[in-house]
Amino acid sequence: MKPITAVNDFVVKFANVNGSGSASANELFAKSILRMGVPVSPRNIFPSNIQGLPTWYEVRVSERGWLARRGGVDLMVAMNPQTWDADLREIEPGGYLFYDNTRPLPPSKFRDDIHVIGMPLTEICNATYSDPRQRQLFKNIVYLGALSVLLGVDQEAIAQLIAEQYKGKEKLLQPNLNALRLGREYAQEKLAPIGLQVQPADNVGDRIFVDGNSAAALGCIYGGATVCAWYPITPSSSVAEAFQKYVGKFRTDADTGRVRGAVVQAEDELASIGMVVGAGWNGARAFTATSGPGISLMSEFIGLAYFAEIPVTIIDVQRGGPSTGMPTRTQQSDVLACAYASHGDTKHVLLFPEDPHECFEHAAGALDLADRLQTPVFVMTDLDIGMNQRLCTPFEWDDSRTYDRGKVMTREALDAGCDFGRYKDVDGDGIPYRTYPGTHPDRGGYFTRGTTKNAYAVYSEAGPDYIDNVQRLLRKFETAKALVPQPVMAAAKHRTPTGAIFYGSTSPAMAEAVAALEKEGIAVDTMRVRAFPFPDSVTDFIDAHEQVFVIEQNRDAQLRTLLLTELNADPAKLMPLLHYDGTPITARFITRAIAEQVHLRAVAPFEKDKVA
Amino acid sequence: MTYIAKPRLHHPTLPENRVGFTRRDYEGKISTLCAGCGHDSISAAIIEACWEMDIEPHRVAKLSGIGCSSKTPDYFLGNSHGFNTVHGRMPSVLTGANLANRTLLYLGVSGDGDSASIGLGQFAHVMRRGVNMVYILENNGVYGLTKGQFSATADQGSKSKRGAVNTDAPIDTVSLALIMGATFVARGFSGDKRQLVPLLRAAIAHKGAAFVDVISPCVAFNNHPGSTRSYDYVREHNEAVNRIDFIETRPEVTADYEEGHVVEIPHHDGTLLRLRKLHGEYDPTDRIGAMNYVQHHQARGEIVTGLLYADPHAEDLHEHLYTVDAPFNGLTEEDLCPGAAALEAINASLR
Repeated sequence: MKPITAVNDFVVKFANVNGSGSASANELFAKSILRMGVPVSPRNIFPSNIQGLPTWYEVRVSERGWLARRGGVDLMVAMNPQTWDADLREIEPGGYLFYDNTRPLPPSKFRDDIHVIGMPLTEICNATYSDPRQRQLFKNIVYLGALSVLLGVDQEAIAQLIAEQYKGKEKLLQPNLNALRLGREYAQEKLAPIGLQVQPADNVGDRIFVDGNSAAALGCIYGGATVCAWYPITPSSSVAEAFQKYVGKFRTDADTGRVRGAVVQAEDELASIGMVVGAGWNGARAFTATSGPGISLMSEFIGLAYFAEIPVTIIDVQRGGPSTGMPTRTQQSDVLACAYASHGDTKHVLLFPEDPHECFEHAAGALDLADRLQTPVFVMTDLDIGMNQRLCTPFEWDDSRTYDRGKVMTREALDAGCDFGRYKDVDGDGIPYRTYPGTHPDRGGYFTRGTTKNAYAVYSEAGPDYIDNVQRLLRKFETAKALVPQPVMAAAKHRTPTGAIFYGSTSPAMAEAVAALEKEGIAVDTMRVRAFPFPDSVTDFIDAHEQVFVIEQNRDAQLRTLLLTELNADPAKLMPLLHYDGTPITARFITRAIAEQVHLRAVAPFEKDKVA
Repeated sequence: MTYIAKPRLHHPTLPENRVGFTRRDYEGKISTLCAGCGHDSISAAIIEACWEMDIEPHRVAKLSGIGCSSKTPDYFLGNSHGFNTVHGRMPSVLTGANLANRTLLYLGVSGDGDSASIGLGQFAHVMRRGVNMVYILENNGVYGLTKGQFSATADQGSKSKRGAVNTDAPIDTVSLALIMGATFVARGFSGDKRQLVPLLRAAIAHKGAAFVDVISPCVAFNNHPGSTRSYDYVREHNEAVNRIDFIETRPEVTADYEEGHVVEIPHHDGTLLRLRKLHGEYDPTDRIGAMNYVQHHQARGEIVTGLLYADPHAEDLHEHLYTVDAPFNGLTEEDLCPGAAALEAINASLR
């Protein structure tokens, strides 16, 4: 079998054992290629486990900048005997296998259509290190050194990255550099470069490499959140943990050491959302981060916040459900649960970030929107962008930007005789005025409850009061349409009857699929929906096309359901394309599915005539 | 309940407190609870305590869960912001509200159904976090709004109005609060205002998690023979350990008290608590002793009331988190946003 040859366009997958220290070595590998100006997109594929179970790190190298998961593996770094057989099967014909050949394996354990590179990693490490932990940890750096020779990765870039990583911990720096050298020297002497090569390019630009959860946490810092209440749940925990870190870094008073922010790890999601509701009611910007099971638990409070009109920001890092489901796999399967969370007639604002850049932007924006609209706002990220580092445009902040605290009636306004009705629609946009507790000695106080109230927050079970109130909430939702991030459209080069709607982490796969389809002569206009409620432009887009694919990472076509229900769209027109096995959606999947459908439709006009 | 509102007009000689308010300024809407309900007496005691302590009504936030007790915040301090939250989860909402603005007084009002059943977890955790608040549990051993089911604080062997006998062991919220780290724990009786008002005043003066369990008979569903939460039963089995004579936050004021079994507990924030001991051996700064005493008397069917425990060195959640003195809800972009230059540095570190 002819070996695969490719420059700056291949997939390397590391098969490791959880807890073996491979994560930082693998990250070094990805970053060193970035430093050479070649875009990479790595993905952690990990079990719900701390130590011992298989874990993978898949790196796609793509000079053209395709950041989606490609599918298939060109080079497998097989470090885990437990998954050996499955790992071997994944290698593309003509691909490469790199493995530890300290202990010989029978020929039956290999394939004859791949190229095998063995290196006695255990033997080298055992000869060099006496401490068992070091033997294990440095094995990762040794294979990194060897791979850099095989693939032509700049050794200076790696050395530089190691130096940055161990800045301040110089004791660890030299041993790591030694291990790297050990790997490189062995490879230079005993192995030959392979057909997959990295060559310097200039396609990374000023982009940053960061995970969405850290980005969302930073967005909450910039957006002025002061209260974070949370309960640990994969894949969202690192949002709160990063926020805690940033509070220490950016919110500590230099003189007193006191902090301008509170992070509380609650006893459960019932309490974490309760704290956020309490803080929002009292005028602080507050958020929680959670995942699907947490949303279920929070639902009662979310409904109260909707009816009592309390600003709440919820960062939902989606995963496969249910609680005992696929906590370490990605999905977009909380869309409906969040859009209509809680009992009673409720609907909520959702934002759909596509990458860490938008996680930052939407988190900060959600805090503004929640205050402006006095309602819960969800940032619907997912494991794929939340827990993986992704190349994205740098974070931006305009220093002239101010926080939109929404309609807050001040003591001065109350003194000036402004009529205060907590649930009164003064401006016609459905958004009432609120007062913070403690504002005025004898005006502006009110009692907060669910729905049994009139426009002045006085207890009322009268039907007309109820209807006035919930109709106003609908007007408020209408107002939200213009305030949320608007959809992003991309028109094909040629006029086409085919459209595609997608959202969130599907973005990179969609971009690549559109390019691939164009090569096949299939033109697709796309619309990336960035928020719910849907602005009118979404209806216009659907109206302007004969067939619109709705691409989602869930089984039940949840966004499509929202489009049908909320826009009264024609079900026959909206064709669901669904990927939901827990792995990130690929361009290959989208391309194949759309191409198939378009070719099928090519014969459709005849049938149409018959029916007519 | 009555539907006839009290006239707003009041007698011109009605006394004003130091901040210029009469007792009437601390009232709320007309209660919708049953005539004779213990909860209304507690509302009256809250009004009295706040008036006596010169607390500006609007600087109080009242939060409650769901149930008869949780309706009462509408019936006192009408100029304060109030929040009727969801069942059993007032503690978390109060915690969040307190984090947003540490300068207000937080009254958490709950019942035994609210706190001892669905809310048991939040009850325990708000105590161990040391949220600065007064948590008032209006404890009648029964579900009133849903008409007479036993609550989790009902004594084993006590009889419902319909004659059913409770076989489940009771949850003693006072013992639980002590175990969970509440730094002020008291029990009162809605039928004894002379004891209850000073207890509430002391709880308000306390900087930390203050818990006041108030036995509050339900006249509709739990005031019959066979109940251990009836007015008669509680009066017969009430075992008061002390009387609070005096809580003072202003050191310049002095008062003369006769010598006797008086103990002073000076708090580190300057508050002075003076207790008249009714039981010579009882030490209200001894947490373990308090747990023993409460349990010991409970086993004998006695309900211990009074100030059971106060930690003079209490700290609250804000101190644990070491937050700034300024209320979070007043912080601005300048206080909170690191700015574009800092963001550029972050960007640089991510390349």
